[in-house]
Amino acid sequence: MPPASTAAHTMINASLVELRRALDARQISSVELATLFLNRIAALDPQLNAFITVDRDGALAAARVADARIAAGEGGPLTGIPLAHKDLFCTEGVLTTCASRMLSNFVSPYDAHVVSLLKEAGAVSLGKTNMDEFAMGSSNESSFYGPTKNPWDITRVPGGSSGGSAAAVAARLAPIATGSDTGGSVRQPAAFCGITGIKPTYGLVSRYGMVAFASSLDQGGAFGASAEDCALLLGAMTGFDARDSTSLERPAEDYAAALAAPAAGKPLEGLRIGLPREFFAEGMADGVRAAVEAALAQYRALGASTVEVSLPNAKLAIPAYYVIAPAECSSNLSRFDGVRYGHRAAEYTDLADMYGRSRAEGFGEEVKRRILIGTYVLSHGYYDAYYLQAQRLRRLIAEDFKAALTQCDVIAGPTTPGTAWTLGAMADDPVQMYLSDIYTIAVNLAGLPGISHPCGFDAAGLPVGLQLVGDYFAEGRLLATTHHFQQATDWHQRRPECAR
Amino acid sequence: MSLSNEQVGHIARLARIALTDAGIEATRAKLDDIFALIEQMQAVGTTGVAPMSHPQELATRLRDDVVTETDRRDAFQKVAPQTEAGLYLVPKVIE
Repeated sequence: MPPASTAAHTMINASLVELRRALDARQISSVELATLFLNRIAALDPQLNAFITVDRDGALAAARVADARIAAGEGGPLTGIPLAHKDLFCTEGVLTTCASRMLSNFVSPYDAHVVSLLKEAGAVSLGKTNMDEFAMGSSNESSFYGPTKNPWDITRVPGGSSGGSAAAVAARLAPIATGSDTGGSVRQPAAFCGITGIKPTYGLVSRYGMVAFASSLDQGGAFGASAEDCALLLGAMTGFDARDSTSLERPAEDYAAALAAPAAGKPLEGLRIGLPREFFAEGMADGVRAAVEAALAQYRALGASTVEVSLPNAKLAIPAYYVIAPAECSSNLSRFDGVRYGHRAAEYTDLADMYGRSRAEGFGEEVKRRILIGTYVLSHGYYDAYYLQAQRLRRLIAEDFKAALTQCDVIAGPTTPGTAWTLGAMADDPVQMYLSDIYTIAVNLAGLPGISHPCGFDAAGLPVGLQLVGDYFAEGRLLATTHHFQQATDWHQRRPECAR
Repeated sequence: MSLSNEQVGHIARLARIALTDAGIEATRAKLDDIFALIEQMQAVGTTGVAPMSHPQELATRLRDDVVTETDRRDAFQKVAPQTEAGLYLVPKVIE
């Protein structure tokens, strides 16, 4: 694309606070801002494939409404701010595919709760981002629409499953984006793409209208360049929703306000950071270890202390997850029968044949594998050995975190063992890919909040992410801790070539 | 643990996923790898540990028994593969 003008370049890389100021001061209109990002998508997305659907008309219409609200003095923090939604959030009148052939014709008749909250806040949806099919994957390669490319190196994966959202924010095709995290699907792509991503406590963000994968693990989350941007987005996504039976009734929290620095002293004075010895023992790439160690030194310089803690059952998280998640997935995805919505086979002999063929044609290989695993572990005679055993391990894992969090305020470690791998490198080896989620999956099993923020680069120039995990409802603390780190460092301001 | 092709065929039938013989064979190899990973669970003693089904372990919330939804049948049936007179059409199941 032609070089952007200085003003345009400033807007593309601006924080939400700066965009808010520019919109309120009428330095730019919401329509102009949306157009700027839509044009970037048109120029750059053919290479990156971060979007499945670009909703130009819808975005411009929403931007016009936002401009009117701003002019009337009725805007809020997100009014007129462009964003992108992961394509598993239902959007009324807009294609919602979950990156599956099964839903490739599904124009949702209703909005997800998260989508309607952000619409009410005046945010402008640019479109729907690419992902692993039904959020099952760690590389975006299981998408029916082809993989998203990592903006830092387009021969590499962006991570997954929310890889399109992470790549879009990293390439500045959108300032912020929504995602979902069942086993690391916000934090891992945030790490691979060099941005910030938060998965809140289970139950904080309504799952209504978020296509279900594993219901006891699925949780909506937020992507931004910084903790500050994530705080503003997450703040608008949370809140009780009676339509989600696991939605928690809690008073709203002002995450943006939680970022304010203490009046005196070092900003993280008194913060105890726990370092699980199991996470630092082995299996971590050298470049990741170096960046994480340097970030921990920075945290200590900001006043935090570090203490060794232990999560002895963490290594069981992956096997337990690959029973629980497929079990719930096999149950959730039984709704796709070719009758009420989604793909129906063109040819069949009877009803059973129609189900079998519609599902065989509609689902990709990884989704089918997980449905089959789930069907097996829930079948007669195997339930105790697999599903119940996995749920018992889940409790042991959750209790490990509980014990560790009595010795520290937050737990820190690498988000991932390595940086973004080359497209296709693990395509034929699902187990190897599953193992790459070793540091994130346990957090979902426990239902705790986690954030990943950029903390450096490896020798190949690929971003490294650091994960912080807090106690239940510690989102404000995780965001503030990350924010203070980002006030003292500039990793979160580094941009891939296409956004410089 | 190693699955037989018959077992994979049986699971696929339970899951209502039509697999060809070649598909069953390819799937079986991958599932064996995944179950080898899962089997690590069996080495751990969990006697006396209560299963954790859910992170928050809340009781299901109750609400008043009142109508909360409006009739949006037309909108919802617009995305259905085949409908007629407000009904979803499927192949005949009763002779």
